[in-house]
Amino acid sequence: MTQPERSASAAGEARVVALVSSGRHPVSGRAGRAREDARAVEMGLALAGASLHLAHAGDAEDAALPEYLGMFHGLEGAGGPGELSLLPMAAGDDAVPLLANWLEAYGANLVLTGQRAECGEGSGLLPYLLAERLGWAVATGVAAIEHYAGDRVTVLQALPQGQRRRLEVRLPCLLCVDGVAPMPRQSAFGPSRRGRVEAVANVTAEPDTLQAAWQWQPARARPKRLKVVKSTNARDRFKAAAAKSSASGGQVLTDLSPEEAAEKLIDYLRRERILTAPSGE
Amino acid sequence: MLQTLLPILIFAALAVGAAGAVRRIRLWRQGRRTPMRWHRLVLMPKRYLNDLHHVVARDKAIAHTHVATAGGFVAAMALALVVHGFGWRNPILGGLLLAASLCMFIGALAVNRRRIDPPAKLSKGPWQRLSKSLLAYSVGMFLVSLPLVGVAPTVLGGGVLALILLALVAWGLAEMLIGMGWGGPMKHAFAGTFHLAFHRRPERFDDQHRDVAHDVHRGSRSTALFPLDLTAKTLGVEKPADFQWEQLLGFDACVQCGRCQNVCPAYAAGQPLNPKKLIQDMVVGMAGGSDARYAGSGYPGIEVGKHHGGPTDAIVPQLVEAQTLWACTTCRACVEECPMMIEHVDAIVDMRRFITLERGETPEKGAAAIDNLIATDNPGGLDNASRLDWAADLDIPRIQQRPEGVDVLLWLGDGAFDMRNQRTLRSLVKILRAAEVDFAVLGDEERDSGDVARRLGDEATFQRLAERNIATLSRYRFQRIVTADPHSFHVLGREYGAFGGDYVVKHHSTFIAELFDAGRLSVKAAEPGETVTYHDPCYLGRYNGEFAAPRQVLAALGVEVAEMERSGYRSRCCGGGGGAALSDVPGKARIPDMRMEDVRETGATTVAVACPQCTAMLEGVVEPRPQVKDLAELVAAALAEPAAAPTARNSTEAPEEVPA
Repeated sequence: MTQPERSASAAGEARVVALVSSGRHPVSGRAGRAREDARAVEMGLALAGASLHLAHAGDAEDAALPEYLGMFHGLEGAGGPGELSLLPMAAGDDAVPLLANWLEAYGANLVLTGQRAECGEGSGLLPYLLAERLGWAVATGVAAIEHYAGDRVTVLQALPQGQRRRLEVRLPCLLCVDGVAPMPRQSAFGPSRRGRVEAVANVTAEPDTLQAAWQWQPARARPKRLKVVKSTNARDRFKAAAAKSSASGGQVLTDLSPEEAAEKLIDYLRRERILTAPSGE
Repeated sequence: MLQTLLPILIFAALAVGAAGAVRRIRLWRQGRRTPMRWHRLVLMPKRYLNDLHHVVARDKAIAHTHVATAGGFVAAMALALVVHGFGWRNPILGGLLLAASLCMFIGALAVNRRRIDPPAKLSKGPWQRLSKSLLAYSVGMFLVSLPLVGVAPTVLGGGVLALILLALVAWGLAEMLIGMGWGGPMKHAFAGTFHLAFHRRPERFDDQHRDVAHDVHRGSRSTALFPLDLTAKTLGVEKPADFQWEQLLGFDACVQCGRCQNVCPAYAAGQPLNPKKLIQDMVVGMAGGSDARYAGSGYPGIEVGKHHGGPTDAIVPQLVEAQTLWACTTCRACVEECPMMIEHVDAIVDMRRFITLERGETPEKGAAAIDNLIATDNPGGLDNASRLDWAADLDIPRIQQRPEGVDVLLWLGDGAFDMRNQRTLRSLVKILRAAEVDFAVLGDEERDSGDVARRLGDEATFQRLAERNIATLSRYRFQRIVTADPHSFHVLGREYGAFGGDYVVKHHSTFIAELFDAGRLSVKAAEPGETVTYHDPCYLGRYNGEFAAPRQVLAALGVEVAEMERSGYRSRCCGGGGGAALSDVPGKARIPDMRMEDVRETGATTVAVACPQCTAMLEGVVEPRPQVKDLAELVAAALAEPAAAPTARNSTEAPEEVPA
């Protein structure tokens, strides 16, 4: 990947932050770097070098934190140790207000993060909730930052089958990094040992009342639809095999009022039997 | 005239040489200091005459040449100091001086003959000059000393001839004394003396080693890597001054004889590593400058003269390319051959430690293996609970079910995840059952020994794995550990000691040989006509001195072993050690292909191996080739069917050849 271009003025006042979460290894379940978050840190290091700041809401003892700090090596300039602001909270607390307040106080104008956490709720909603609360733009599926200057950032968004879409996003914004972004660099022991985790004082986490009210049940594996490819043509079979399952039979709706759009969405969710209760109360 | 000028010459050369020597000592002392043990200086003569000579004498001609030249020089120099320097012109001393010079002259002639068409391993440049300087010194000293015994005409005392003789002696003295202090080829004698005295591994010279096997093979007396203090300010070696001063001293002792270059598998494969050049680069780094004056073979594919270094400048990549360090298989062949007892592998691992721990630039697959080790305790990133999947039908006892303890703890190693090695393990289990050995396994509580992490420079991960394994082992009772993996064997047996884990560890070849000795195994007679050769794994042989047991096992099977030219302590590496299979540095040939060529030369149809890495590397050679069989497989195939079925448990045993 090429280094993103950035103008001197933007780099000078850049306050780039990467939000990191505790990852879970798919085989052992051990805590470590989350795959998408690590890519977000990599993107931040390529963009802002050692001035990238990390933030995490959660447990100070999490084994993943030193691993992220271990990525602060091979940087141009002084390349000081990595710094991570820790917003202490318990697993059942709501991270959104904590992070939003801290980001505002810190003066961040570009926030990088993964698309969804590997443990806990893992709903992938946090970036949206944060953006909503802060009134910022949010872009998901970011594969690369192309240009970063002034009040705008140009990113490439990953679409299925290797397609890319160029987006220009107004700053400040939240970018959710996709798994196709460049590989994160190795986490080295030396820098991880030198990295600083600073607990932010005077923050009080509030319990996530919404979450507390939820009903929890084990996930049930849904049967996968079999893809039968009837073709005598190798190219078609290959395309079918290589294709990400993309939605079909949908319709593109444009020029609707927000109320109409909401109606359509609710109808769709009913049809798919995701919403069962009648809308309203 | 001679009588006035000679003392001046000698003392002037001594003084200038001494000034250079002081500067040289300062260069060594740039390294990290350790407590000085001055009393070790008295050990030097024994170490020189015994241990060093033991290595040099592998090449008899060179040993004799060196004894004549060096012995002659030392005697001639000492006598010249007395006779010419202090003017005690005693005819008997004069006669001795003549004899010493003559002896040195004969040695110097042999040196010069070797230098007419020098083999590729030797460095040229100043080393070519040294051969002439030796002649100059010995001839000059002989002739100027002739008047002492009244043989020579007094004409020698004046005139042109005297000037010529003086010039010869001056040349010789300049090379021998001034050059010794100021970094000429004779530096090796001066640095080598102190290097032998202050060697970082004194066990290498210890004849009272507690392990008898290692006394037979001196090279394996001290082979464990040194633990790294993980709380140190920087980890590993970034710049020459980060080495311990004894290491810098050791680099300076190099005589550039090229024995290491000749045995290095990476060099032979055209990978960018040459142990001799590496040591010379360390000298360049220590003294500061460029490698342009190096007059030997370089790293294959890397031009000589483009790199430079200084004591406080980073080594990689200005002085040495990272590829050079990652090409090493840590096979220790260079250390084994080095007549100056230099520790190449220690230096390479020290530099790798910095790259991995501080710079995070381990080669991609190596970094992935380390990440997997951190997350899953095995380099493949596999579920540790699947460690025993291959033995699902074997009903292997777990040590957790044996609180009273077992005789043998079978350490599976990471070969347990490899389908090829699972055949070996199944064979080993069959053998243990046939011999009615009381054994058990740790199952999913076993973790990687940390070998690969440590050789890749990740001491942090190694120490974490070591501590966890030691904690696990401390919970169970067993007499000894038996493993089919020489890397686990080495790490558990010799490197865990530094972390508080002391175990009796046996390689399966040793254990099977003991079973044969005790008469606990009976085998069918071998089929005649098959030729077998045996490939010594580095970590079993050179690292641990076990050359005999595998051959005993083969002998017990009635197999005749056709030895390869490079076997025993000179065995050539398979290319799979030290993480080299992961870093996979490109070269002109593949190391296992070259090793298989060695096998073919013996005419063998089967090569017996004793290591999962060697098996994998050698089986990776394209067919047609001799078949690769682990010792355990050969023994298991030859087992006589038990006349009296040992236990009921064995009745469920599966047929041996299970497709993996």
